[in-house]
Amino acid sequence: MNLDFTGIIPSMPYILEGVKITLQIAALAAVFGFILGTLLALCKISKLKVLIWLADFYTSIFRGTPLVLQLMIIYFASPQLFGFQIEGYWAAVLSFSLNSGAYISEVIRGGILAVDKGQREAAMALGVPYTSMMANIILPQAYKNILPALMNEFITLTKESAIVTTIGVMDIMRRAYQVGGETFQYLEPLLFAGLIYYVLVMILTFIGKMVEKRLQHS
Amino acid sequence: MIKVENLQKNFGKLEVLKGITTEIKEGEVIAVIGPSGSGKSTFLRCLNLMETPTGGSVWIKGQEITAPKTNVLAMRQNVGMVFQHFNLFPHKTVLENVTYAPVKVKKMNKDEAKKEAMDILAKVGMAEKANEYPGQLSGGQKQRVAIARALAMKPEIMLFDEPTSALDPEMVKEVLEVMKSLAISGMTMAIVTHEMGFAKEVADRVLFLDGGVIVEDSAPELFFTSPKSQRAKEFLQKVL
Repeated sequence: MNLDFTGIIPSMPYILEGVKITLQIAALAAVFGFILGTLLALCKISKLKVLIWLADFYTSIFRGTPLVLQLMIIYFASPQLFGFQIEGYWAAVLSFSLNSGAYISEVIRGGILAVDKGQREAAMALGVPYTSMMANIILPQAYKNILPALMNEFITLTKESAIVTTIGVMDIMRRAYQVGGETFQYLEPLLFAGLIYYVLVMILTFIGKMVEKRLQHS
Repeated sequence: MIKVENLQKNFGKLEVLKGITTEIKEGEVIAVIGPSGSGKSTFLRCLNLMETPTGGSVWIKGQEITAPKTNVLAMRQNVGMVFQHFNLFPHKTVLENVTYAPVKVKKMNKDEAKKEAMDILAKVGMAEKANEYPGQLSGGQKQRVAIARALAMKPEIMLFDEPTSALDPEMVKEVLEVMKSLAISGMTMAIVTHEMGFAKEVADRVLFLDGGVIVEDSAPELFFTSPKSQRAKEFLQKVL
């Protein structure tokens, strides 16, 4: 095996530029997915059958089909659906948000149900309205319990965002592939991309553990 | 203050309350006792609609709270409840636990709420723990904070659902002391309890429930010395 990284050294900064795009997509999707997931979770625990059904249906669609398919449908269907071509970057953010919202909603639902029912009763007995009870009492406790799971979801998003390369978004993966095309050396830039992803995931894991530790003390 | 008429509660096919009729006057302290499964907790929880009665009606201060259009949240502001397992908000400090509802529900000014909360915490002997989290407190301390939290809404009625049952024996007294002083201050109270000594000393009336009905309703000195029913006699033999 003759690995030679010298050929791609000039291109390394170019590949590293992709870190920004990758993290941006993952972070935006995490934020939107988190908000969407919370709304879906609240629907799932509501007493209104329609809301439960809608949220469950939504979840089953986004969990029951491949993410790369969702990404491509949103990207390629946008001229037909919205009358304009959506940018690859935003197609990526949108599809990842919608997808992770489905997954996160299940996590949050579990988190809400895991909060001691006495908390709800105490708030009810004080005359606290439902929205305040959820926002101030139940959800903060639920979020704290599911923080490790949420962090996992973010890490998964960071890694899986590599599929945006299929619609031409200039993330780490895409750039590594391009460098391969230019230098006729594919293995080295791909290995370099792999290293970047690995380091990113390690850093995120570390941050997650730190946050978890701090929360445990409070 | 509270009027209960033919109150019934079923959980599925299980009839827990089979028609309870009674009245609690202003300033009266009622001890609700009875064997486990007798329906005493369910009875108490129907008084602030934590459980929705299957039948019958409950009036608080002349207003029928079991009527369909009752403003349940407003009613609950006037009826404090203390739970067996305290149910303090673990992510809030002692002070925040006490000020939360007055600020959020009654829209009280934050500084004012804090001041009042500190006064109430001082009354239950918990002022110096105001900035600690519930996780750092003992069971007895938690329950005293829970009482303070309920009192902060300035309710006219206080419901206690086995307030000392989850406590270590050495912590029961400090909670009962707080409840006793509350009773002396003229609060209308309904207490589900296994503390017979406390019921005897503090309650104005004892309701003895068994099988979902009130078997005896009498003054504590009468109930504890010469119970009328066979069931009450058997119960007292077991617990005293």
